[in-house]
Amino acid sequence: MENDNVLLEVKGLRKYFPIRKGFLQRAVGQVRAVDGIDFHVYKGETFGIVGESGCGKTTAARCIVRALQPSAGEIHFRAGGGEMTDVANLSRDELRPLRRHMQMIFQDPFSSLNPRMTLFDIIGEPLLVNGMADRQQRIERVEELLALVGLRPEFLQRFPHAFSGGQRQRIGIARALALNPSLIVADEPVSALDVSVQAQILNLLLALQERLGLTYLFVAHDLSVVKHICDRVAVMYVGRVVETAETQQLFESPKHPYTEALLSAVPQPDPTLRSQRIILEGEVADPANPPSGCYFHPRCRYAVDLCREQTPVLEEVEPGHAVSCHRVLELDLAGTLDAPVPQTAHS
Amino acid sequence: MQDDRQPILSVRNLKTSFFTDEGIVRAVDGASFEVHLGQTLGIVGESGCGKSVTALSILGIVPRPGRIVEGEILLRRETGNGQSQEVALTSLGDSSSEMRSIRGAEIALVFQEPMTSLSPVHTIGNQIIGAARLHRKLTKQEASELAVELLSLVGIPRAEGAIDAYPFQLSGGLRQRALIALALSCDPRLLIADEPTTALDVTTQAQILDLLRSLQEQNGMAIMLITHDMGVIAEMADQVVVMYLGRVVEEGPVDTVFGESKHPYTQSLLRSIPSIHSTPKVQLPTITGTIPHPYNRPAGCPFHPRCPDVMPGVCDHHEPELQSVGDEHLVSCFLYHPVPETSS
Repeated sequence: MENDNVLLEVKGLRKYFPIRKGFLQRAVGQVRAVDGIDFHVYKGETFGIVGESGCGKTTAARCIVRALQPSAGEIHFRAGGGEMTDVANLSRDELRPLRRHMQMIFQDPFSSLNPRMTLFDIIGEPLLVNGMADRQQRIERVEELLALVGLRPEFLQRFPHAFSGGQRQRIGIARALALNPSLIVADEPVSALDVSVQAQILNLLLALQERLGLTYLFVAHDLSVVKHICDRVAVMYVGRVVETAETQQLFESPKHPYTEALLSAVPQPDPTLRSQRIILEGEVADPANPPSGCYFHPRCRYAVDLCREQTPVLEEVEPGHAVSCHRVLELDLAGTLDAPVPQTAHS
Repeated sequence: MQDDRQPILSVRNLKTSFFTDEGIVRAVDGASFEVHLGQTLGIVGESGCGKSVTALSILGIVPRPGRIVEGEILLRRETGNGQSQEVALTSLGDSSSEMRSIRGAEIALVFQEPMTSLSPVHTIGNQIIGAARLHRKLTKQEASELAVELLSLVGIPRAEGAIDAYPFQLSGGLRQRALIALALSCDPRLLIADEPTTALDVTTQAQILDLLRSLQEQNGMAIMLITHDMGVIAEMADQVVVMYLGRVVEEGPVDTVFGESKHPYTQSLLRSIPSIHSTPKVQLPTITGTIPHPYNRPAGCPFHPRCPDVMPGVCDHHEPELQSVGDEHLVSCFLYHPVPETSS
């Protein structure tokens, strides 16, 4: 695993939130938001984390940029092309020089920009904090960044309210790019946008990656978007990674029953593909009180006694394809790419 | 279903505007469509296209300062012994007793956000009992039995216990199910579902869509499904209405609209969606620009500033009308029908 191409390696990451109750606010239990996940991200690729709400994907992303302090685990990050450093347990001061190498793009472009700051202040702030004191230099850099994300440099002194959702997301991307980071953690960057604007932002992210050699950690729930943009994907369920594989492989031949159900649930914008969907019974497990054994077993149509008793571990079944399921070798699950390629008629 | 070919609801040239201090926002600007029993009409469009205001207009609950300024909304009501009669909802007062007997009973609404549309201080059961007893002659006991029956119909486990639950005690998917149970309590003939699954996860969404479909098969109601998600429309709808800035730009059977879309907006919208089947990592064809602010509606065809096939001098001067281009397929675009000769 000690590969020069690995930019980020996460080992056994856990984040538990205490449940406090009563007058003394004693911890009476724990929400296991992230319950031991492992993955690595290669330099220059887009690694996707998908899952439904409450699966811990956002918490994992926030732990990686150290917006949250992980409860346990290691996060090895190669900052600025140097040695791998474990950032999981660094102090605030030790972290500060590393922070500029990992930046975040947020979901909601309406609440992630300060309405009282101009674009120059918003995008220039990371520059100022990181020692670019000269105002003229900052103005030039911000203008350059605005042009890079497809906004006009004249917008420098405007406030965020003057912009649409898509334009605001561009502002957020410009801010994230200000310090030439090597890793961009994008938490649902397009899910708050209209369909026609979503495509513009996805195109921008792809173009920037090509131009600047960025690495993306892309957190999303929309599988069509993930399929479009990611090289490799990890699927999370109740705080754990249940499957990780190359995107094409995952969609073609999923090996975990949850992945199979998730893929089949995505409505396709093509009425000729009204597919036989797998309807999962019941609800997502409660991370404060997870079921025994495999967390997915109460909803799994392939569950056997073993699944109720033993927790499966994530194991590689093919090169680059790891699955956490007891029955992985027996099951033959359906992917989404088996269906004939649709002839949507806008030729 | 004796009136199979007669629509249960027909909306004709509906115009709803909001009269604000900053100006008039024409939220719905001439929408026409029909809904048939046992069918699902999908209304699709991006934010600000007027799809939700259309639903509010049908129910007569457009919030101030908005009001319906033009157009007709006709509901076919059963008068007993197999006869039916059309009632113009637009001519009834919003709070008239007849409108109140229709709203919630014959036409029910399921909102996007189940948390804000259920009362937080009443149990699920009480909300259903209250709604049912308002419109039907039921004793408390009968209404309570109905509530349990409805909750189990929509797939809430342990329905006897769930009637005593408050909305905050249920998960998002269960709340949406409870809201559907509430909407069904008066046996509506038309269910308007405004983004019923937008706040939900995909696997929960699949459950809810499946539920709506099986309910429709059981009781033959008409569903008007409003969403921005082309995937949900393709999965659910029989007929599709595509809206842009308050106007219907294309309308037709689902296979036609997706397979042989004619309007440049529908075409580019479909092209711009990444699909599981499309080639990854390529630049997606996009629609240039953004949706205009409702105060600055473009003159002529509302889509012309973003349209790849815009014809200068035509699209920016004249408003296209919704006209037929084929079997049940309507498009509002000058590429397919003649330009009016008088230049205004």
